[in-house]
Amino acid sequence: MRCGDFRESYLEDEKIFQSTFVKVWLVILLVGLVTLPLFANDYVMYVANQIGFAVIAAVGLNLLTGCTGQISLGHAAFIGVGGYATAVLITRFGIPFWFALPLAGLISAGVGMVIGIPSLRVKGLYLCIATLAAQFILEYVFINWEGVTQGIRGINVPPPRIGSFVFATEKSFYYLTLVVVVAAVGFARNILRTKWGRAFVAIRDRDLAAEMMGIDLFRHKLIAFALSSFYAGVAGGLWVSFMKIVTPEHFPFSRSIEYLAMIIVGGLGSVLGSIFGAIFMVLVPELLNVATGSLKGFFPNLTQIFIPMKEVIFGFLIVGFLIFEPHGLAEIWHRIKNFFSLWPFSY
Amino acid sequence: MGTTSHLNQPNQAADQLLRVDDISLRFGGVNVLANVSTSVAEGEIFAIIGPNGAGKTCLLNCINRFYQPVSGRIYFEGRDITPLRPHQIPELGIARTFQNVELFKGMTVIDNIKLGRHVHLDTGLIAAGCYFGKARKTELALRKEIEERIIDLLEIEHIRKKRVGALPYGLQKRVELARALAMKPKLLLLDEPVTGMNLEETEDIARFILDIHDEWGVTIVLIEHDMGVVMDISDRVCVLDFGVKIAEGSPDDVRHNEQVIKAYLGEQDLTYSRLGA
Repeated sequence: MRCGDFRESYLEDEKIFQSTFVKVWLVILLVGLVTLPLFANDYVMYVANQIGFAVIAAVGLNLLTGCTGQISLGHAAFIGVGGYATAVLITRFGIPFWFALPLAGLISAGVGMVIGIPSLRVKGLYLCIATLAAQFILEYVFINWEGVTQGIRGINVPPPRIGSFVFATEKSFYYLTLVVVVAAVGFARNILRTKWGRAFVAIRDRDLAAEMMGIDLFRHKLIAFALSSFYAGVAGGLWVSFMKIVTPEHFPFSRSIEYLAMIIVGGLGSVLGSIFGAIFMVLVPELLNVATGSLKGFFPNLTQIFIPMKEVIFGFLIVGFLIFEPHGLAEIWHRIKNFFSLWPFSY
Repeated sequence: MGTTSHLNQPNQAADQLLRVDDISLRFGGVNVLANVSTSVAEGEIFAIIGPNGAGKTCLLNCINRFYQPVSGRIYFEGRDITPLRPHQIPELGIARTFQNVELFKGMTVIDNIKLGRHVHLDTGLIAAGCYFGKARKTELALRKEIEERIIDLLEIEHIRKKRVGALPYGLQKRVELARALAMKPKLLLLDEPVTGMNLEETEDIARFILDIHDEWGVTIVLIEHDMGVVMDISDRVCVLDFGVKIAEGSPDDVRHNEQVIKAYLGEQDLTYSRLGA
């Protein structure tokens, strides 16, 4: 139970992590994350890395879709731009990974801004279709711009290294991912509590009123697109460096939908929600894999049903969330937190 | 008609904060505003009244550049603001509230108010993301100022952490006023600030408007149907009817103006009860 929690200055009230109680848990969580590779096997670390990439990309998409209200169906393509940019910068231009990654983010941000230009004129479903076009155009470019992307053969990407230390294993790469995830999440959370975040939400809630409050709609929408694509680009760069290869089938349209599902399941407009959503969308299929794998021994005749069943169960879970908790996992988390903040004297 | 005659004399422009010069606005074939000219002096409370559909809100929308008049110019502090875009207006010091509350419903009260200051904050995107040093100081100073000057003045301490969408209408109107104040206005455009409020809430808002006017020295232009409020607090009143200005002058002049009585009410009998004379 939390009590005696009084704020005595505006500084205390503006903090993201307000009580010592929360800070203690945060430290425990961080220690847990840092020490995870000591206990976990390579498979778990592989999943943890995947979650990390998903978190970065989902936070980016949530800034655009959840906060600014501009639906994007091309997020996977932006991730692809980042991935290809990283690969090309490293292999063609010999730029070290550490510079290639932010550069790839910037390139992706540039592409995102171009894709965002229609947002000046079109909103809602129409913008959705415009970004859908971006997805297919970029996919086409990945496959057919052989000179740069090497088409469907893809590009082999060397793992990042510092001096003689190479981030080649799941465990070592995990630390790299963790650092970027923490930075990305912190940055997004800070953006949301300053003038930029407020302007984004204002555009989502009432764009005409936002304009009359002095917000240049076009500029801010473009910035939201750029920011979101930057996140996507960084996620893509990390991802291809982890997989050590980039091919066009990493970035299909279905993955764009998956990212939208992440932020919807997690909670639109909430950084925490993006994290929950990313964990959910990566973890649940893997858990279903494990579950069906272990059931195979008991029902050898039903193996063929298990694989499609996995998809069906996954679909039902998502629909269930939309029906029973439309505000997403973040809302469930808040409710649990509120319950325990007064527990056991909650009257 | 009183003060209308001085409008065309340029030498009086010095104390004019806002001058609307001969603007016309058309929607299709409808003349919404026809050659309306008026001016607002610095430090004044200026009311615009008129029957429904007279073009009052359209006039405000022209002033903050949401509508593009087909002819005429608008000057603010002697500067022609007609070519500006709506988002460039708040920077000059023109703030407004809306007839139908236009708050950002997903944000808390305090965030809504903070948003009003948007154009006056110069935090860059990267500085904002790092939230360190100047960016942090700016946010804290903003919070302090809003708490101590605006929230305190408008008596909305108890709701500042609430989501705006969940608030009753009267409080939403008050939050909207607070947001306009956060814009550091020199000129405050209020579109029907007391509509739909009970007597007590109306009196509160009237008191706030006077407080803002006296303590902050803000010039106020308000549109209102509540004649009690208009006649009590405004220095000058402008009357529009079907897009034409039919009278302008002190509340007393306007109240007894034959044309106003006719246009506004049509019937002489009701005049005194409606205009509060």
